[in-house]
Amino acid sequence: METIARSQPATEADAAPKDATLIYRQSRWTRLTHWLWAFSLFFMLLSGLQIFNARPQLYIGKESGFGYNNTILQIGAENTDNGPRGFTEIFGHRFDTTGVLGWSGPPGQETPRAFPAWATIPSYYDLGTARVVHFFFAWVLSATLLVWLIAGLVNGHVRRDLAPRLDDLRRLPKDIVDHAKLKFHHTREYNTLQKMAYGGVLFVLLPLMIITGLAMSPSMNSVLPWLNEILGGRQTARTIHFTVMVLLVLFFIIHMLMILAAGPINELRSIITGWYRTDPPEKHDEPAERSI
Amino acid sequence: MPKFQISRRKFLTSASLGLSGIMLSGCDAFDGGLGIGGGLRSFLENANGLTWRAQRLLAGRDALAPEFTEADIRQPQRPNGVTAPDDDTYKGLLANNFADWRLEVTGLVEKPLSLTREQLQNMPSRTQITRHDCVEGWSCIAKWTGTPLSLVLDQAVVKPQARYVMFHCLDTIEQSLSGDIKYYGTIDLIDARHPQTILAYGLNGKPLPVENGAPLRVRVERQLGYKMPKYLYKIELVDSFANIGGGRGGYWEDNGYDWYGGI
Repeated sequence: METIARSQPATEADAAPKDATLIYRQSRWTRLTHWLWAFSLFFMLLSGLQIFNARPQLYIGKESGFGYNNTILQIGAENTDNGPRGFTEIFGHRFDTTGVLGWSGPPGQETPRAFPAWATIPSYYDLGTARVVHFFFAWVLSATLLVWLIAGLVNGHVRRDLAPRLDDLRRLPKDIVDHAKLKFHHTREYNTLQKMAYGGVLFVLLPLMIITGLAMSPSMNSVLPWLNEILGGRQTARTIHFTVMVLLVLFFIIHMLMILAAGPINELRSIITGWYRTDPPEKHDEPAERSI
Repeated sequence: MPKFQISRRKFLTSASLGLSGIMLSGCDAFDGGLGIGGGLRSFLENANGLTWRAQRLLAGRDALAPEFTEADIRQPQRPNGVTAPDDDTYKGLLANNFADWRLEVTGLVEKPLSLTREQLQNMPSRTQITRHDCVEGWSCIAKWTGTPLSLVLDQAVVKPQARYVMFHCLDTIEQSLSGDIKYYGTIDLIDARHPQTILAYGLNGKPLPVENGAPLRVRVERQLGYKMPKYLYKIELVDSFANIGGGRGGYWEDNGYDWYGGI
């Protein structure tokens, strides 16, 4: 079994106490799919922001209101007494976002654009190319999710590491306190917040991204006409697609912060090689369990 | 010989510098190779073929785009692209209320046609309330009335080697060095014969306005707006895109959009 520690000595002489904490935590499927996601989500995000720039407004309902108002978010530029300014309007609240959202570019060469050049692929305005990039990685992302799900069900990763247990609920308050104090436990198992974050991304956010993406396709609407009815209309589906993007970006930021706080070398090693250094067993305890 | 070594600190410093360098320099790092005909672009475009085949497989020939009710029509159809053609030919036809306008059906057909507006309107019609989805991301619901394209094709008798229907338009979309480019586009015969594919002359119960493509525009309800040319005057049956514009099957296709606008 992969879960047996590499350091398990063949003979007594090989036993190096230091290595008893090194365990094989991430299977090759988890590692491979993790990096495929990281890669494709990067391109999907930046090409998606370019696509959004073609119509930097979000609406609620079946269509976009031109003769009436169903806009909930708008990024734009306007002329003011102080020159052109960029703004972002959410639920009627307007914020000045000059330099980043609405109006950006090198000094003296600013242009009206919702998301700035550094956040889009291509950097210049090109909806057609962004769509090519976006749909290519949409296939990569979806195929990866499918491969991960099959592998995770077969090798027990989903059941063993992600499936919530009653115990997780009991641990939750302490988990929150520990995370807030940046006190991390390095164990074979994911803690409750990790399960929620990873499970939420893999079983909720990514599937929702795929579903709302398909709901925007006029061709898929003829195959699954009920999809937009469930979601509240094509423009609502587009708004959900955008919102889930924001949640995925938030996940990414927290994910990076947690890795930095929990020890980036150890965390990176486990997602590249699979090997993870766990906390040494406490005094007077039984030797650390090496397999689950 | 001293071994090449890099300390952890040095590694982390340079890695983070490099990463932030990529972010700061913007994503123009990926601009190269993404132009039409570029190697990377051509590779990524393979996914479009996959999307087209997958959606065709799932949707089949006749799956219908969702249709809506009168209550869903809450605003005029939003016009887009060219909304007032400046072409002399078009303006002449418009001045005469399109009395001299004809729809030519040519190319790979047994019986080329030249139809007046009246002849088209005397053919059986279809009225549908559908949602127009622009490639930019917006949608608008409206009621369209027109002649099913399949009836016109039947009347002209399509030759077996024909594969695509090409639409010729009266509006100039771009002025280039080699002259004015008038809008053009193609769909395949499966979409051309789809029950909801109509040559629309009516919008929301009234004659089609100039801004929405008078006297005649196409509705291809399972694709995006750029696949539905306006200001139509000629339909040509062809067997390939090779002799059409840049060879990618349409004006916007030649400018980087996918030929299949189903997503």
